[in-house]
Amino acid sequence: MHLLPHTDEDIASMLEAVGVKDLDALFSTVPEDCRLKGKLDLPKALSEWELNHHMEALSSTMGVSPAYKVFIGAGSYEHFIPASVSYLLGRSEFVTSYTPYQPEMSQGTLQAIYEYQTLIARLLGMEVATASHYDGAAALAESLLMAIRATKRTKVAVSGLVHPLYRRVVQTYFEPTGYEVLELPYLKEGVTELAALREMDDLAAVAIQSPNFFGCIEDLEGTAQAVHDTGALLVAGFTEAVAYGLLKNPGSQGADIVCGEGQSLGIPRSFGGPGLGVLASRQKFMRSLPGRLVGQTKDLDGKRGFVLTLATREQHIRREKATSNICTNNSLCALAAAMYMASLGGTGMRELGALNHDKAEYLKGELKSAGFGITFDRPTFNEFVVEFPPGFEVTYNHLLEKGIVAGLSLAPYYPELANHYLMCVTEIISREDMDTLVREVKS
Amino acid sequence: MKEPLGTTGLLLNEPLLWEKGKKGRRGFSLPPRDIEPAHLDKEFTGEGPDFPDLSEMDVVRHYTRLSQWNFGVDTGMYPLGSCTMKYNPKTNERQAGLSGLSTAHPLLPASLSQGVLKLMFELGKHLSEITGMDATTLQPAAGAHGELTGMLLIHAFHKSKGTQRSKIIVPDTAHGTNPASVALCGYKPVPVNSDEKGILSLAAISQVMDEDTAGIMITNPNTLGLFEENIRGIAQTVHSKGGLVYCDGANLNAVMGVVKMGDIGVDVMHLNLHKTFSTPHGGGGPGSGPVCVKNSLEPFLPVPRVEKRDGQYVLSEDYPESVGKVLAFYGNFGVMVKAYSYILSMGPENLKRASQLAVLNANYIKEKLKGTLHLPYDRPCMHECVFSDKYQMANKVATLDMAKRLMDYGFHPPTVYFPLVVHGAIMVEPTETECKEDLDQFIETFEVIAKEAREDPDLLHEAPRKCKVRRLDETTAARKPCLAG
Repeated sequence: MHLLPHTDEDIASMLEAVGVKDLDALFSTVPEDCRLKGKLDLPKALSEWELNHHMEALSSTMGVSPAYKVFIGAGSYEHFIPASVSYLLGRSEFVTSYTPYQPEMSQGTLQAIYEYQTLIARLLGMEVATASHYDGAAALAESLLMAIRATKRTKVAVSGLVHPLYRRVVQTYFEPTGYEVLELPYLKEGVTELAALREMDDLAAVAIQSPNFFGCIEDLEGTAQAVHDTGALLVAGFTEAVAYGLLKNPGSQGADIVCGEGQSLGIPRSFGGPGLGVLASRQKFMRSLPGRLVGQTKDLDGKRGFVLTLATREQHIRREKATSNICTNNSLCALAAAMYMASLGGTGMRELGALNHDKAEYLKGELKSAGFGITFDRPTFNEFVVEFPPGFEVTYNHLLEKGIVAGLSLAPYYPELANHYLMCVTEIISREDMDTLVREVKS
Repeated sequence: MKEPLGTTGLLLNEPLLWEKGKKGRRGFSLPPRDIEPAHLDKEFTGEGPDFPDLSEMDVVRHYTRLSQWNFGVDTGMYPLGSCTMKYNPKTNERQAGLSGLSTAHPLLPASLSQGVLKLMFELGKHLSEITGMDATTLQPAAGAHGELTGMLLIHAFHKSKGTQRSKIIVPDTAHGTNPASVALCGYKPVPVNSDEKGILSLAAISQVMDEDTAGIMITNPNTLGLFEENIRGIAQTVHSKGGLVYCDGANLNAVMGVVKMGDIGVDVMHLNLHKTFSTPHGGGGPGSGPVCVKNSLEPFLPVPRVEKRDGQYVLSEDYPESVGKVLAFYGNFGVMVKAYSYILSMGPENLKRASQLAVLNANYIKEKLKGTLHLPYDRPCMHECVFSDKYQMANKVATLDMAKRLMDYGFHPPTVYFPLVVHGAIMVEPTETECKEDLDQFIETFEVIAKEAREDPDLLHEAPRKCKVRRLDETTAARKPCLAG
């Protein structure tokens, strides 16, 4: 077996050194009645060549580009990833290292994560960002728990236009805690209705996503005002980080905590994971942050270096009083995001943001001209909601056979929006792809 | 001694990203603009982020240089206790990179995602078989996330019985994340000490287990690298009071094919695919922390779950008692691909052999080093062994000094100062993928370091000398945090 290096001779001499007669005898402290009598019922070992064939067969069943044009975003976006990013990310010094507990041997990871924290803070207009969380949904749940710690209040309000799956994760995290999660309805323009805030007391946080699940850009500035009037913190969420290449960042509009999904930043969709949970905040909440943080310091010779820091917030020191139980996070995904942001630069992020917006506007315009209803007036980024005629499922399934996935049906998430579809266009969708889609849905 | 691995070489300095670059450079080839610009009102748009503009080569050199300041399993031996830093087969990376798997959208219709659903279905089945459990969720993203999920399941179980409980027993030999995971679910952790053999006695558990205790969270093998010999009796005691047994399976690498936790009283356990199942740790993730359960907890597993209906795989939400969701989608699928690829590469016989050799390697190190380093529990160990700095403290050389000196010799240090039950702990987990020659060199290096501790302790106090940086000022880093540039 090529993954196990021991020869029979090695095993014999090592057993002798240990003083036991065979490999089974190594398990003398495992009581007889705890040992497995039979064998594991698993498929027999495959050679690497056989494994390649098996996996290629699984891979070939999937509906992915270029054979399929997928017009779905909804929290997972297809953006072009340059070869340099994938190549650098494969450097095994990054890939095969552990969490950087020994900083002298991990300066590569540590500097890269420090840079990631900085770029994320700049992207979102915040002062500090954590090293990473599991995904956007977990980051939202952790942000809300953080707001509860920071304000010592017991309720949170979450917009109904926050990604529906994220809201379910928040419900799961909150269920055993006794803290209450309230939901804010939405207005016919496709943005969150804030009127209900006035009736809510003891609010620790209000979570709004922008662009929201319908793709609409929320009025974060106005929201911040209304939220702060209640004494709560504004938690601004996002699922599409590329939007902040073009849009005003949440920090400049009064957000206290910003959290979301960073998958857009150079991470393949990979059937929904691993992604990148992003969490950033104002400096004053730094000690309430959950998760790992990298800080700059100096070595004995006064040379710049980086370490994991503020560990007294964390589980291995604080135990049950920790700000989170998180240990392994999504460090390599944060590294991918940093490499991607570095490759684009400020200029590239801006151009990419504009291209996404403009392409989506083109499709929106074409669908409108073709007579389909664009449900919400509010400006959008690279996603929007369109209403197709009743019975559209038939066309939808027909289009699947032609290699077109015509958006995401909203009915399972918003029963009142039957026949409404959430469409997404990124830079990898060409005008021709969009023209084909419009032609097909019309016919 | 053989020539030491650690040497000096030319490392290049590299500034921070924003200390290089020039406005107008680019490292990215943007897909073409084939549509007209569209209007977006200025009230919505910003200036664009304040990022440096870099060329592709700027970026490539930056990260290549940074990578050279790092040490990974591919660089050398990484005997970090409880972390199972085994070799990460390269074929795993290839499989996870196949375009059908790596670029699939999570909300594709089931008809366009049969391959990934089949993979998840089979991986879940294999993990249930390895652990002796009845069902598995792949959704949790890491070990601690699996712990949280397990606690949510226990919480939901008691809730369904109509009697919520307030405590969970957490032994002193459990992983550090356990008390925090317990607290996230609103439970109070009840500490219990291990006995003079380093394991839990039935008496200690009987004393604290009561009808207000939801269960026990036991790490087996525990963080001293010892098998919890009384596990069956402990499980019986906990069950007799209506509690559940959670097993932290981070140390499963010791017992694959040897012990099935489901057969010896465990109701729920998490696994770390990034430990036992060879997926790389990535400098701190992404990991994957599947949770395996017995039938009693199965109705509460997170949704959606993959099911096979009439030969087709589908995602089903139809579990009204489910705890809900712990991640937006289905877990770290890219990591699952690698673990699946590992299980298929190994097959049942080699998985068992991997555990046997992991235990052999740890016992070999324990026997060879126990004269050099103090061994607080001199008993047969599982996949890791725990020493202390008791002998070296006579010369004022502490665990940290020896750890830092190991770097100069080209080894990543073991886990240090954990578990807390051993003062100045040095926790060594060699894993099965290290060969005898490398173990011998590690042992010999520790002997040299122990000699240095006696003869020239300052050599150790000043270590490391051969890394990119010397010891770093962690106190100032925490006192005056600088978290962004």
